[in-house]
Amino acid sequence: MSAMLLIEQALNGLQYGIMLFLMAAGLTLVFGVMGLINLAHGSLYMLGAFACAAVAAATGSFWLGLVASLAAAAAAGALIELSVIRRLYARDHLDQVLATFALILILSEGTRWLFGSFPLYLDIPAALSGPVRLPGGIDYPLYRLALIGFGLAVAAGLFLLIGRTRLGIRIRAGEADREMIAALGVDISRLYTLVFALGAALAGLAGALVGALQSVQVGMGEPVLILAFVVIVIGGIGSIRGALFGALLVGMTDTLGRALLPVAFATVLPPAEAGSVGAALASMLIYILMAGVLVIRPGGLFGRA
Amino acid sequence: MAFKATLLAAGAALALAGSAAADPVKVGMITTLSGGGASLGIDTRDGFMLAVEAAANPDLTVVIEDDQQKPEIAVQLADKLIQSDKVDVLTGIVWSNLAMAVVPAATAQGKTYLSTNAAPSQLAGKGCNPGYFSVSYQNDNLHEAAGAYAATAGIKRAFIMAPNYPAGKDSLSGFKRFYEGEVVSEVYTQLGQTDYAGEIAQIRASGADGVFIFLPGGMGISFVKQYADSGVGLPLIGPAFSFDQSILQAMGDAAVGVLNGANWSPDLDTAANATFVESFRAAYGRLPSVYAAYGYDTANLLLSAMAKAPVSDAEAFRAALKEADFASVRGKFSFAPSNHPIQDLYVREVVKEGDIYTNKIVGTAMTDRGNPYEDACKM
Repeated sequence: MSAMLLIEQALNGLQYGIMLFLMAAGLTLVFGVMGLINLAHGSLYMLGAFACAAVAAATGSFWLGLVASLAAAAAAGALIELSVIRRLYARDHLDQVLATFALILILSEGTRWLFGSFPLYLDIPAALSGPVRLPGGIDYPLYRLALIGFGLAVAAGLFLLIGRTRLGIRIRAGEADREMIAALGVDISRLYTLVFALGAALAGLAGALVGALQSVQVGMGEPVLILAFVVIVIGGIGSIRGALFGALLVGMTDTLGRALLPVAFATVLPPAEAGSVGAALASMLIYILMAGVLVIRPGGLFGRA
Repeated sequence: MAFKATLLAAGAALALAGSAAADPVKVGMITTLSGGGASLGIDTRDGFMLAVEAAANPDLTVVIEDDQQKPEIAVQLADKLIQSDKVDVLTGIVWSNLAMAVVPAATAQGKTYLSTNAAPSQLAGKGCNPGYFSVSYQNDNLHEAAGAYAATAGIKRAFIMAPNYPAGKDSLSGFKRFYEGEVVSEVYTQLGQTDYAGEIAQIRASGADGVFIFLPGGMGISFVKQYADSGVGLPLIGPAFSFDQSILQAMGDAAVGVLNGANWSPDLDTAANATFVESFRAAYGRLPSVYAAYGYDTANLLLSAMAKAPVSDAEAFRAALKEADFASVRGKFSFAPSNHPIQDLYVREVVKEGDIYTNKIVGTAMTDRGNPYEDACKM
């Protein structure tokens, strides 16, 4: 395997990790601040993609679609928090899992009812389509480069929001001691609605950005949801920094594992078997990574052990 | 969700017909109507019901159930259809793993199963059964068509790729069976994978001059869009599942020019096909997919057998089915001894007509093709 290919695969891993981060950031925020396991996070991701595809199809502009995905997912998030999630804070995690699982079914069938069963069309904007030549002669899709930049910008924005703003102070305080900040006069229920809507908007944004590369269809959120849970467990539940490192680690491990393992096995096995064994092991790799991290640091890399 | 499509008030119709030969047939359709794979089941149902409604045979009743693409639900539904609805014939399953869970038990209970899609090798070879008919194909066929045609299409060094699960492995071995070029790399991806940047980088570096993929449903949409955007630009070939009517609109321009192996196409030049495509479009406002075509053929096969023998005489009814005395939308159609089709296989190219993306036949890959498991079938 040439150095060029290795660099290209590393870029792919980076881009994949950044996308996972957008998804995991919302999930970890909601879990950290509100103590809520939200299985419906994947449905909000799907909702963002559908909103973007529908608006892009109607107006011809991907960028308007992107705005619509943020708005639709945030609105849906706020609505869900007010109508369903609010009743679950005092319950145990099992009740939360049950209720948010019901939300997955409702949102999936609702989306099918609205948009039909056939996958929707959503293409990347013309300005970002096609490959560009990087220094060193690698042809790399411009859209994926833009995703890396955009994801890093969102990550920076989130760190500023959490670390430098009044809202961020409240979110961190809510994480540390919710009774105390309620006693200090912060409207905790409004804070929760806001945090949930923020998490939903991040998921919706990820859905729209990734939807342009993949297929916009009912059920697209669940596979990503599982990976997002792996990411936040590795990173430490509730930690945005952990989500970023966890996402990059999972993205790199998965992409490089898929690229390198079959090649490595090919040195000792016949090619057909090497491909099959390599692929099987590559698909296990991130779970092995998760188990390894949990053995060494049971609270995750950046979690409170 | 269960609904009954009773076509006419059977009693009134029977009184009108007044014929003693009428032997009512009850069909149980188990197919996928919700979840990510619903578009396939919906097309199967719509194609089947189009033929049923056109025939308006008062003796035929259809009960339709949704399996949610889950084997355990399919098994429960089959039990319910057989025991409480007392159906005579089962049909409609899209996925091979669901078919494996339902078909052997149903045929063991003396029911007849007509497959509108899934036809795993286990049911073609050693596991063949007089009560099991595959109206669609044997699973390997469309991959074989792609393999047989790839060299003709100028692909001498192929990069081949499929998900790492039984149907994916069958796909690649089906492709290689008649491929005359060289396979430079054979890659298995994760089932349900949505990001193919890594594989596309491997394709670019592999020195191949063409790519064969079997990535059904959303996986194919993801790959084709990402592949088109990567600028690799090598010719792409696959089985019809990856480039079907139900997903082409979601791929858009990225799919134009892709070749795919099939046994049916909307532009296939037979009288029955012209009628089918026209009436499907009139009834549902969209072009039919291969799944709709198989559903339509299955219903017409069933109707042809009903006209020849009573369903209560299983042996005579199955013999009538085996004659395949119906006008298939595929033109030539007959059953091999294993109850799997002998038919022509084609290669189609994705084209854009007006605003609609669809397939056109560009060549015949194989004529009168049966299946490689025929010899293992003893019945």
